[in-house]
Amino acid sequence: MARVTRRNVLKSGAALVGGMAGILATGRAPAFAQGTTVHWLRWNDFVPASDQLLRKELLPAAEKALGIKINLETVNGNDLQPRITSAIQSGSGPDIIMLFNNHPQIYSESVVDLSDIAGRVSEAEDGYYDLCKSNSVDGQKWISLPWTIVGAMIAYRKSWFDEVGSSTFPDTWEKYREVGKKLKAQGRPIGQTLGHTFGDAPTFSYPYMWSWGGTEVEKDGKTINLNKKEVIESVKFMTAFWKEAHDEGGLAWDDTNNNRAFLSQTICATLNGASIYIESLRNPDKYITEKGTQLKTDIQHSPLPKGPAGQFAMHTYFSHVIPNYSKNQDGAKALLKWIHTKANYEPWFVSQKGFATPPTHEWEKHKLWEEDKVMAPFKIAGRLGQTPGYPLPSSGKKAAEVLTKYIITDMYAKAVQGATAEDSVKWAEVELKKIYT
Amino acid sequence: MAIAETQVYTPQAPRPKVRLLEDERWLALVLLVPTLVLLGTFIAYPFLRGILLSVTDARVGVPGGFVGLANFYKIFNDGIFRTSVYNTFIYTGVTTVFKLALGLWLALLLNRNFRGKAFTRAFILLPFIIPTVLSTFAWKWMFDPTFSVINWLLYHLGLITGRINWLGDPDLAMISIIIVNIWRGVPFFAISLLAGLQTISPELNEAAAIDGARPWQRFWYVTWPLLLPVTMVVVLFSVIQTFADFQIVYVMTGGGPANATHLFATYAYQIGIGTGLLSEGAAISLAMFPVLFLVVIIQLLYIRRVEVR
Repeated sequence: MARVTRRNVLKSGAALVGGMAGILATGRAPAFAQGTTVHWLRWNDFVPASDQLLRKELLPAAEKALGIKINLETVNGNDLQPRITSAIQSGSGPDIIMLFNNHPQIYSESVVDLSDIAGRVSEAEDGYYDLCKSNSVDGQKWISLPWTIVGAMIAYRKSWFDEVGSSTFPDTWEKYREVGKKLKAQGRPIGQTLGHTFGDAPTFSYPYMWSWGGTEVEKDGKTINLNKKEVIESVKFMTAFWKEAHDEGGLAWDDTNNNRAFLSQTICATLNGASIYIESLRNPDKYITEKGTQLKTDIQHSPLPKGPAGQFAMHTYFSHVIPNYSKNQDGAKALLKWIHTKANYEPWFVSQKGFATPPTHEWEKHKLWEEDKVMAPFKIAGRLGQTPGYPLPSSGKKAAEVLTKYIITDMYAKAVQGATAEDSVKWAEVELKKIYT
Repeated sequence: MAIAETQVYTPQAPRPKVRLLEDERWLALVLLVPTLVLLGTFIAYPFLRGILLSVTDARVGVPGGFVGLANFYKIFNDGIFRTSVYNTFIYTGVTTVFKLALGLWLALLLNRNFRGKAFTRAFILLPFIIPTVLSTFAWKWMFDPTFSVINWLLYHLGLITGRINWLGDPDLAMISIIIVNIWRGVPFFAISLLAGLQTISPELNEAAAIDGARPWQRFWYVTWPLLLPVTMVVVLFSVIQTFADFQIVYVMTGGGPANATHLFATYAYQIGIGTGLLSEGAAISLAMFPVLFLVVIIQLLYIRRVEVR
């Protein structure tokens, strides 16, 4: 056995330091990391079968067709933004990253121009919906490639609404509040998040505000006029509506809580993608109503009710960016091209069972939409719906900052927590002014 | 010439082999290098980067230009930042008092002789050993708005009729994160103070008892003064860690509802990493520094005074 001496220890220490210095000087890890592996970062799909399909069938087929390796990583949706920020700052990370709504605008300087692929897909599939362009174009080029739109509709318990005398879904906020009041009195409140979560919070708070006549910015893109009668009214209404008709735990909900609450039958209605209904289809015998019937037979979908200024919607939009630090941009582009051909995208779309509406008009003709009437409203989700920053035609960096800071959602959440409507609106206006002026 | 010749023929002393590392000064330097590199890489460099970032208008992917103290001006006029400052002080203050009181109490109990002492001492450490994120997720479920087991228990015990909105109400959410922090921190206080208690000679307490001191007097006049230096160090560590806490709040509330439970670290993260406003995020986290620096100075001075005495 070798004798351990001070000299030996110092020598091996020096060798280790020298080796590390070599790695640091060349800036690269030892050679095993070579070869084209495309690292794709996505959310954990609310329809888990689609992630399975990607892993087991679609990506192996893509690997074979393109001669690359694909490393699919899925994370909680709310963790995508922190991941891309740290990846861009450190200059290394996934080659393709999924982002929500107008978030790509925040990273426009750090991502690859995808106009060529977008142009091809749009041409082949009868054009993108307007909301795709608003979220994914930075004024000149496509900074992210549209992937899908998850339509936000209110999932509600048909029989419970019938029982309180509402055979059709209430079409105005006033009526919805009245019905909700009766249902909450029976221990069946409406479930809505006003928390910091990417999907269900803004897809409620933005259209709600728009429907009362409020906008985060005026058409000139500079003037902020939030602190006005209509918006204060909307906040006052929301505060009372919350107390009278909502599950008050919603302030702390993320995008998954309302699914669990609805499926465990503690709430009568919630704004959501169709994931609740799809889960009830997938496990029909697991979810049984108090009458002994399958829950799936008692779920219907409706758009948000109308307000004094009209009826609005905002749907959660998904797209992919290729950060420009990526060493595998060609491989990443090849993969996006491959997955966006009709033949390859279709199995994924079908596995979503209507939860995801494709970003182009072409897919409205797909037979999937005829299979289940409950899912029919989602077919045209892409045609309807505004984007953050409305009434601006394009949702830019500033609107993206407002969205990621949850200012509109917090305006309502603050009031619901006890602040006055006037103070909440004033606070939101100050925050908006900081961003827009 | 003569001189040169003399030099040539002068017999030279055998040249000593240079063994640099046998010179203690060089050896000391070499041995210090790894620590200096580590401190430089992981503490000094990020700290300086943070300062540089905070005086620019850098956003994610955009280096930005120098803006002086504009970011600090901006955050001091930001209501959410002020709430975060207030929350951080409340969070640190309240949890430290409870952690110290409960930790001390537990340490005094554990310092007695009883059956299963070793097992109990190990068991007490569990909250501190389990990774914080995991245990906090368990707590999150216990405080879940719909499925809270605490509510279920209170309801079935007949103590409440409706649900307690633990994480949806700003005050209750703050109380919830404080509870979790105390739960997690008490074992650290208990075990550290127990170690301190064991260094105190039992003879001192016995002598005091013989002199007629009651248990409370023995604690107050004998144990507590001797335990004070250890307590100060433990409190110092805890204050620093709690002040800069991130995990518990991030997992439990994400700073919500509506920014009501943000601390320095979570708000800096939301602005810097979430929204991508790196310079503002850096300014928020740097705002913590003077406070922590002051705490460290005061406590270290106090410890030195106690030791000198």
